[in-house]
Amino acid sequence: MSLKDKLHETKLKFQGKKMAPAFNAIHTFLYTPNETTHSGSHVRGADDLKRTMNTVIISLIPVMLFSFFNAGYQHFSAINGFPAEFNMWEHFFTFDNLWVGLTTILPLLIVSYGVGLGIEFLFAVLKGHEVEEGYLVTGILVPLIVPVDTPLWMLAIAVAFGVVIGKEVFGGTGMNILNPALTIRAFLFFAYPTWMSGDKVWVHQAVERAGTADAISGETVLGYLAQNKAGEYTYSVSDMFFGFIPGSVGETSTFLILLGGLFLIYSKIASWRIMVSAVIGALVMGLIFNAVVNAGWITETSKFYDLMNFPFWQHLIVGGLAFGIVFMATDPVTGAQTELGKWYYGFFIGFISVLIRVFNPAYPEGVFLAILLMNVFAPTIDHYVVRANVARRKKRATSLPNIQTAH
Amino acid sequence: MALLNKKDAALLKDPLADNNPITIQVLGICSALAITAELKASIVMGLSVMFVLAMGNVVISLMRNIIPSKIRIIVQLVVVAALVIVVDQALKAFAYELSKTLSVFVGLIITNCIIMGRFEAFALANGPKRAFLDGIGNAAGYALILVIIGFFRELLGSGTLLGFPVLGDPIAKTGLYAIGYENNGFMLLSPMALIIVGIIIWVQRSRNPKLIEH
Repeated sequence: MSLKDKLHETKLKFQGKKMAPAFNAIHTFLYTPNETTHSGSHVRGADDLKRTMNTVIISLIPVMLFSFFNAGYQHFSAINGFPAEFNMWEHFFTFDNLWVGLTTILPLLIVSYGVGLGIEFLFAVLKGHEVEEGYLVTGILVPLIVPVDTPLWMLAIAVAFGVVIGKEVFGGTGMNILNPALTIRAFLFFAYPTWMSGDKVWVHQAVERAGTADAISGETVLGYLAQNKAGEYTYSVSDMFFGFIPGSVGETSTFLILLGGLFLIYSKIASWRIMVSAVIGALVMGLIFNAVVNAGWITETSKFYDLMNFPFWQHLIVGGLAFGIVFMATDPVTGAQTELGKWYYGFFIGFISVLIRVFNPAYPEGVFLAILLMNVFAPTIDHYVVRANVARRKKRATSLPNIQTAH
Repeated sequence: MALLNKKDAALLKDPLADNNPITIQVLGICSALAITAELKASIVMGLSVMFVLAMGNVVISLMRNIIPSKIRIIVQLVVVAALVIVVDQALKAFAYELSKTLSVFVGLIITNCIIMGRFEAFALANGPKRAFLDGIGNAAGYALILVIIGFFRELLGSGTLLGFPVLGDPIAKTGLYAIGYENNGFMLLSPMALIIVGIIIWVQRSRNPKLIEH
């Protein structure tokens, strides 16, 4: 008997019982159900929720693999210094690097999926509805947007909070107004700020080595800029673009995020309008700040000087901006739905991200706050876009002369 | 109970659960979010509101037949304001540190919707004994929610209860902190109080579906 038949029989055995949704989910997660509708007219699309989610996961796999190696690379480079002559195979794709990544990031992934799916199953059984696959994408996004050494119990609490308060109370998958992955990150940020910001958490073991003779630094590019120490980091623009810099697990490689984004646009899963407008928004805000510096309105001693003086386009390749724009802002549930609305929605995400990044006193990053803020405003934007459209059509209809139609 | 007939006892009991001022009537939310980061402040706030509401209800109830209805809101405000000043001065005299923690929120009891709500809805139409019981009952319902919120916020946010370090010392790393536990800073922020109120409402209505409005 094949696995599919076994799963089907288990499912039948539990039919009508309390645990039915859970077994049903395991079966339908892996296979097409045995019984499908035979009569009536149905439009059958291949891109159901499960397929959509899997496509996003595929686009995230390169980022995830890169993050395994980068976790180790940053860890060993912080201890031994960055290699003078960087060789991709000698210094980056090594087993030691991979091992550090596997031992730090895989547990994050397992906890994220374990707790998140556990709660989804629990709610499905309690409410007696089918399990929704809503957590599949959130589950892989979560470990990619937290620092590498995030304690697992904190992540577990945050995931539980994010799934219950961010999603289930609104009615489950597709009904949430806030992006669940970002809700989880926001919870971690406000609950345990010492683990989510500062110059230690971004590199493996930097926290536990702090204060000892072996202390290592894990300062991010933005961290240096926020302290007006732009001259002190040694990362080149190509380091930033390809991702050989410290940061949250999966946010560093703009290159691979871009590839994932192109794949999502090609497969029509994510909206290119949101991505493009968010990039424009970030560039505009960056240009404004650069102009402020060029006009001489702030002095070099201003605490915002280095962040404002940062070349405007480089905002896109440091921190979580690229990751947020490609994988978070384009969430079809929490983003704007109208074509025009998407332009406004994306633009303000980029614009506000860079704004918060520069002016946030404690933490030089704001992408997740900007996206959550615009998640809240997305329905309002859509409302006005729709109203404007109605008004325009009404005007056109009333301004036409009365046309006599044939009787 | 010999002292209270069934109808009077209901005045005390109903606001504790099925007609709770915070979770059912959704009144007095402001102070529930603002001062519940510590359990002690929650308890004192609950007691202060209880004093003001019970006394105010009695006073308004005694005057109910002579208050011209056109200026009744002003009369009610004078009564509340007088009582709140008494509470404020008493706190400043006997618990100065606590009155600093509560800051303006003692003064803002004047604007607490529960108080004006009970004056309008109950004291103006009932005798002083029933008004007194109603005041005690509603304030107790308010205090109950405050204490629940304060309990969780102080325990999870600061690791203390009434100031006692029940979970160990976060700096010396004793107790729970020795195994890596950390205080949840989100608990100390007002949004978390709102979320806790929401969770209480959720639990209450899922236990008693009759309370769900459609």
